[in-house]
Amino acid sequence: MSALQVELVAADRKVWQGEASSVSARSIDGDLGILPGHTPLLGVLVTGDVRIVTASGTQTVTIDGGFLSVDHDRVVIVADNVDAAGLTTPAETH
Amino acid sequence: MGAQQREYRKRSRSVQSTKKITRAMELIAASRVVKARQRVEETTPYARAITRAVSAVASYSDADHPLTTERPDATRAGVLVVTSDRGLAGAYSASVLKRAEQLRETLQAEGKEMVPFLAGRKAEGYFRFRGREYAKAWTGFSDRPDFESAKEIAETLLAEFLKGSQEGGVDEIHIVYTRFVSMVTQEVQVVRMLPLEVVEAAEVTTEDIFPLYEFEPSPAEALDALLPRYIVSRVWNALLQSAASELAARQRAMKSATDNAEELIKTYTRLANQARQAEITQEISEIVGGASALADAK
Repeated sequence: MSALQVELVAADRKVWQGEASSVSARSIDGDLGILPGHTPLLGVLVTGDVRIVTASGTQTVTIDGGFLSVDHDRVVIVADNVDAAGLTTPAETH
Repeated sequence: MGAQQREYRKRSRSVQSTKKITRAMELIAASRVVKARQRVEETTPYARAITRAVSAVASYSDADHPLTTERPDATRAGVLVVTSDRGLAGAYSASVLKRAEQLRETLQAEGKEMVPFLAGRKAEGYFRFRGREYAKAWTGFSDRPDFESAKEIAETLLAEFLKGSQEGGVDEIHIVYTRFVSMVTQEVQVVRMLPLEVVEAAEVTTEDIFPLYEFEPSPAEALDALLPRYIVSRVWNALLQSAASELAARQRAMKSATDNAEELIKTYTRLANQARQAEITQEISEIVGGASALADAK
């Protein structure tokens, strides 16, 4: 099974980028889980935690609202402000 | 030392200290412009993601959103003018203000009244000095804007726009800012921000056709959440571009000021040397004249 390419973007920087096996975030309607092969989706997120499960562990960050788009296993999470304190690995920015 | 000589030396010293100041400002601007450019680039991923999402929603839903609908009877147009807080940046603020004046005339010809929103002390000073009214001014961050200010400006503009001209708001929002092209070129740009035209939609090439997105919770609500963010990101980008342009303009202005100071120092040194030479010549001729007068008297 292919992995998800995840990009976590804040207003003033790219916070995190990498491969993940699943992503979950809180949307207006409730928690939203994304696995590889998800249908293209554009969801509005509310304040809450975003969990990115990678091979090396789970990254948890807190965002204060934003949106999430999924297409062809590319996940882009856009937030105004990201509290990156929960990131266990440094951002790999390219 | 003669009076004239002393005068020239004094001026030369004063220009020298001016030169030190302008040189320092040039170096500061040069180092900060690098940082400012970096910040413009750092926000690109956000701007790209949001533009892509807005274009996707806009092209797949024909939801009539208030932010994208033109008002046929527009009478008041808000204009955000982005200038610097401080001077000594050449024509940077002046050219933005000039462009804003042109825009005002254009709007007037279309029967719209311009409602100015100002960013930067220079714009505020310009309007206050002329006794003109402006809706609101934000100052204190022109060379180092922060996201909070961008958000505040964008929210104010949005609120005014949503009010509409009947209730004292505006029907259109334009933004006048300086786009950073390169260290030597900065262009003053006028963009109509609201009602919204997703301008970058044209950039989306055939290779990334939008997939059929599912919207959570619905296209209309997605648009509701996205458009204000899009506006914030546009304002934010304009502020950052302006900041980079301001620093680049300041660096250039200070560079030419330093060059001019050098030129002046050279001129004053020459004049002082000339004065000294003239003094010596005069003294010699006085001595010679005195000596020959004594010889004649014998």
